[in-house]
Amino acid sequence: MAPETTSRPRLAPGCRLNERASQPRVLLMPERALRLNGPSLEIVERCDGTHTVQQIVSELQKLYSQAEPQKVEQDILGYLALLNEKRALDFE
Amino acid sequence: MSASISTPLALIAELTHRCPLHCVYCSNPLELTRRDSELPTEAWARVFREAAELGVLQADFTGGEPLARPDLSQLIRAARAAGLYVSLITSGLPLDEKRLDDLAQAGVDHIQVSFQGACEQSSLEFADAGVFAQKLRVTKWIKRHRIALTLNFVIHRQNLDQLEEMLALAEQIIPGRVEFAHVQYYGWAFSNLRSLLPTRAQLDRSLEFLKKAEELLRGRIRVEYVVPDYYAKYPKACMGGWGRKLMLITPRGDVLPCHAAASLPDMKFENVAEKPLRTIWHESPSFQKFRGEEWMPEPCRSCDRRSLDFGGCRCQALLLANDATVTDPVCSLAPQRHIVDELLAEVNAAPTMPVIAGEPTKIEWIYRSNRM
Ligand code: SF4
Ligand code: SF4
Repeated sequence: MAPETTSRPRLAPGCRLNERASQPRVLLMPERALRLNGPSLEIVERCDGTHTVQQIVSELQKLYSQAEPQKVEQDILGYLALLNEKRALDFE
Repeated sequence: MSASISTPLALIAELTHRCPLHCVYCSNPLELTRRDSELPTEAWARVFREAAELGVLQADFTGGEPLARPDLSQLIRAARAAGLYVSLITSGLPLDEKRLDDLAQAGVDHIQVSFQGACEQSSLEFADAGVFAQKLRVTKWIKRHRIALTLNFVIHRQNLDQLEEMLALAEQIIPGRVEFAHVQYYGWAFSNLRSLLPTRAQLDRSLEFLKKAEELLRGRIRVEYVVPDYYAKYPKACMGGWGRKLMLITPRGDVLPCHAAASLPDMKFENVAEKPLRTIWHESPSFQKFRGEEWMPEPCRSCDRRSLDFGGCRCQALLLANDATVTDPVCSLAPQRHIVDELLAEVNAAPTMPVIAGEPTKIEWIYRSNRM
């Protein structure tokens, strides 16, 4: 499901980032761990139930200003939908 | 030459063998560890730290029934402090709201509640305990916390006809994840094999149903299922390969490559009290024994699938062919496949007897004992 731009994505209950600084960042969830690279980590860190999708998009567009803004938006929406389907993310 | 050794991802912590239930498919060994030999709190805490150092991300607390340990909250705290993600696999007994609050406070990330079926009669028949109503209460309480919830339906010949009701139950509870897990034939389940193995027709119907359920629940509930590999063409990659991803620690602290490894003959397992986990993972003969490809017999040795299924399950080879070093007999290429085919012919010829509400079946189950 593609998220509404005004919704506030929040990691689902029992889904969180690992806390050990010495390890690569991963998104932990039941029976699974998703490795996070630069942009996906930037996205997941903002899925705290306070940022709207629109805010996440514009913040990342600023952060990755060399990239095509529209492409950034599409990638973010696709990634949020994927996390939602894995039941790692709720849209509040 | 030793095989390259990967990092373990998860630790299965069998905290105790004590359990108030008697499931006919329990994967615990037939010989259970006594309470007075269980590892104390501090020993587990050290194990969690050593596991995290080794790269482990997740700890699955299981048993027996982990709730039988009065120090469960402390154990959760210790695993979280070590940096692990903590899953609690439980029957939901004995639990009340107050204790659940404590577990949540301690930081449990995920609770998996297992179900014998979609009605009280199933609990009585398959676990010899009326625990269904309690399980429903427990799932409601869990939903009030920010804890991931999995419903785990253990399915087999005698309850495959309840899939519809199980799905309805899942839709009513809405957990994050629901697992329909066919019984795996080890431990007590192997003792009850003929009463648990589904027919081919039952299996086909169930797979079709589960595929539809997955579609129906997409985006709402993550659906997963485990099929019995007796009906498959190739074996499952047991534990993701021997000594590759997982390790299991028994209540007394023995470190095993899988649930049933203790049943293998001539295997000596190391104990966490004697050696650091890292040394055990890298060097112990039990982990080295079936790691990589050196040990493989034909037809695995020259088979293209050997890096996918690792020759199947060693314990299954032992149980079925009486030799832990042969190709898993469930593989269609295995010289011993006829053993599985004969078993399947037998169970497919026998009649199925669905569980009728309020009425026990006439099956002579071997219930998991609690004698230690
Ligand atoms: S008896 Fe049932 S609930 Fe108890 S440990 Fe075995 S499978 Fe789990
Ligand atoms: S022969 Fe061995 S490696 Fe090949 S599919 Fe069968 S079990 Fe797997």
